[in-house]
Amino acid sequence: MPPLISIDVLLIAACAWLAIGLAGMLAPRRLEFISKTLFPFGSVVSFIVGVTALFFLGDEPQATVLAIGLPTLPFHLRLDNLAAVFVLLLGFVSFGISVYAAGYFRKGEGAAPGLLCIEYHLFLASMLMVLLADDAYAFMVAWEGMALSSFLLVTTDHRHEAIRRAGYLYLLIAHVGAISILLSFGVMTGGAGDYTFAGMRAQELSPFWGSAAFLLALVGFGAKAGLVPVHVWLPEAHPAAPSPVSAMMSGIMLKTAIYGLLRVCFDLVGTTIWWWGVVAMAIGLVTALFGVLYSTVQSDMKRLLAYSSIENIGLLAVGIGLALLFHSFHMEILAALAMTAVFYHCLAHAGFKSLLFLCTGSVLHATHERSLGRLGGLIHRMPWVAWLALLGVIASAGLPPLSGFVSEWLLLQAFLFSPGLPHSWLNMIVPVAAAVIALVAAMAGFAMVKFHGIIFLGQMREPNLIHAHDAGPWERAGLVWLAVLTVLLGVLPSTLIGLIDGATQQLLGTGLAGRVAEHGWAMLAPISPDRASYMPMLFLATIATVLLLARWMVRRFYHGRTRRSDAWDCGYFFQGPRAQDTAEGFSQPIRRIFEPMFRMERHFPSIRDEQPYYSVKVEDHFWYWLYLPVARVADWVSGLIVRIQGGRIAIYLLYSFLTLLLLLLVARP
Amino acid sequence: MSAIIPLSAQLINLCASVILLLAFAMLAQRRVMQLINLFALQGLVLCLSTLIVAVTTGQHHLYYSAGLTLALKAILLPWILHRLVRKLYVKWDVESLVNVPTTMLVGVVLVMIAFNVAQPISLLSQTVSRGTLGIALAVVMLAFVMMITRTKAIPQVVGFLAMENGLFLAATSATYGMPMVVELGIALDVLVGVIILGVFFFQIRDQFDSLDISHMEKLKDG
Repeated sequence: MPPLISIDVLLIAACAWLAIGLAGMLAPRRLEFISKTLFPFGSVVSFIVGVTALFFLGDEPQATVLAIGLPTLPFHLRLDNLAAVFVLLLGFVSFGISVYAAGYFRKGEGAAPGLLCIEYHLFLASMLMVLLADDAYAFMVAWEGMALSSFLLVTTDHRHEAIRRAGYLYLLIAHVGAISILLSFGVMTGGAGDYTFAGMRAQELSPFWGSAAFLLALVGFGAKAGLVPVHVWLPEAHPAAPSPVSAMMSGIMLKTAIYGLLRVCFDLVGTTIWWWGVVAMAIGLVTALFGVLYSTVQSDMKRLLAYSSIENIGLLAVGIGLALLFHSFHMEILAALAMTAVFYHCLAHAGFKSLLFLCTGSVLHATHERSLGRLGGLIHRMPWVAWLALLGVIASAGLPPLSGFVSEWLLLQAFLFSPGLPHSWLNMIVPVAAAVIALVAAMAGFAMVKFHGIIFLGQMREPNLIHAHDAGPWERAGLVWLAVLTVLLGVLPSTLIGLIDGATQQLLGTGLAGRVAEHGWAMLAPISPDRASYMPMLFLATIATVLLLARWMVRRFYHGRTRRSDAWDCGYFFQGPRAQDTAEGFSQPIRRIFEPMFRMERHFPSIRDEQPYYSVKVEDHFWYWLYLPVARVADWVSGLIVRIQGGRIAIYLLYSFLTLLLLLLVARP
Repeated sequence: MSAIIPLSAQLINLCASVILLLAFAMLAQRRVMQLINLFALQGLVLCLSTLIVAVTTGQHHLYYSAGLTLALKAILLPWILHRLVRKLYVKWDVESLVNVPTTMLVGVVLVMIAFNVAQPISLLSQTVSRGTLGIALAVVMLAFVMMITRTKAIPQVVGFLAMENGLFLAATSATYGMPMVVELGIALDVLVGVIILGVFFFQIRDQFDSLDISHMEKLKDG
């Protein structure tokens, strides 16, 4: 028997997930068994997957062929460094989510636990298979499996009309995207009919067909990732799903789309044209700006995070665009810098966004409330969740010394080198993009302050929040794991860049590992220490020192003279919790400054109103500009088709008869 | 051109032409009972032609096919249909959408098309019965026309079954029949199909007090 290699371990893991899912169907109503036995087992499998990828990184690719699939096209599987980075992400992040999920699901919420269990583990297994697939057929099967299982998870609570609508929208856009991906694969085979990825690599595509493949892939994977304008499902589906599922979709599933885009752009197409980078960057910038603007004005905590995910996907697309741009001009070191930023941001975002979504899950369970306007002051009742969420918030806002800062810093560094591009127009425009990225980072900070401040700080806006309870032990364990990931990604960037460097080298032929390793683990200087360097431990030490010093000084000099009063009452008496800054009020400046970007319906109270009220509803322009016209056209076309559907069986039979006759005549040899 | 056609091939051609004739007769027949009898007769002739092919070529599985055809299409299905008709009291005349002479003319044109289409295929075939492929195709098409032009449910089912007869004839004439497994599967399908349709007949009649399928036009959406 040959020794067990990494890809075999991963295949066994996928089978184990499926087995765990099926085991849940044996006793679909026994919540205790499913949540306290099966989900922990699933998390162990996740951990093994993560460790396997960790040990594999940097090795030679491993391939295998399964005996299932089409007669002429069995499932080809391959584990290379690019896939391994994402398998690592999948394993370690889903470990935390599964541990959390073990304590999350309650009786009487949505579908039977057994169904959730099988859908959840099928979702995990199909994401793993997406990453391992080495031919178009296996990829599409796994991709659709992922879409369908996540659709079922989103519509867990299908008794609500809004959730069914969200699920339908998600399924619709997922399928439009899947068709586009399929067409892209078809273009990349170049008519040779070889649907393995190896066959696609061997094809030399003309610039026209190469561009067609790239654009189709951008649309297809963009629909899954949530790039503008195919992002509309994301803010609907994420709030609808149970929180562990939102975490998994936002943290991991969106990254599989990024993986697919990287796989196509840098591995399968074979050529790179500079304007591809510009297109990806432009769409990414629009997406990032759009996402962050909308996330600042949301009043539902999960929608806020969903829009923030759109923003982060935009940043990733910008990074990919920049890498494409440098790659097309053969500036491989800079391309490697942008690519490293992309990988790093994938890992960082998977960690902190899952953490934040899980925190909203705990808040939701404790308060049964999603609207920011009815929360507040929860740090007193839920200290664990509040402090762990704070870590996620800091990372998400891109502040040192946590993970989000490293990736955004790397991305901006890559931008700072763009004046070296041998193209005068690009030289002028790319710095503008860097400015937009900086704006986005700042606004992300704003959105995160709103998220954390309104939920956890201040006073409780509703009296019943006093009964809120902190997360249970399983939930805490999951949150702590993800927080640890976020901190590690923040303080050990050099080590981790060395780890993921194999993927960068695989795609670009060169990496940053050598340059980064020169300066040891404590200092990150991707290109040279003269240009820029970053020492996370220094930041951490400074912050810790300042905090401890401040605490000591307060204790020392104001000892016994401090007075406790209600939070945020601004020194006034008789100020109820309702008078605090609301979610809407907090983001009012943004709404005012960026007014044309939003579609707002506002109602102002007038003097004559019996019951004066103020309301504001922010909607997405794209609904009215893009989706409703498309829907109307589809409705009109189907109206035409109804005419040939007369309802008479004789007519239907006549249709098939005439078709048969026509085909016989056409196909006559 | 081969000068002398062997006796067996002539017999097979005879059977095939009788089947075609019966298909025309079914197209023209207005009475339900007679229609079913014609269908039974068609099954019998089909069984006979399969037997002749079996004897000539010595293909054993064709004996089973012939037996199956006899049992199912000449005896069992006609019997079920007879019972259905008696139970449902639908012995009256069949009205068709298009009048009989026009239907016959359309049928003639279709037979010509079928022969034209089938000719190149039968040239490729090596079987003794290859000449009947055109007839088989014509039978399929005529049965299809019968399904289109009838308004009542039972003649439509008979049309469907006659179409299956045509397919069976095509299979025996082009390749000495399908593999036994496939044939058994189809036979079972047809049987189950007729039983399910029988159940539906009762449902339709209970719902609309008639077996006229034009009532079902209301079922479409929008």
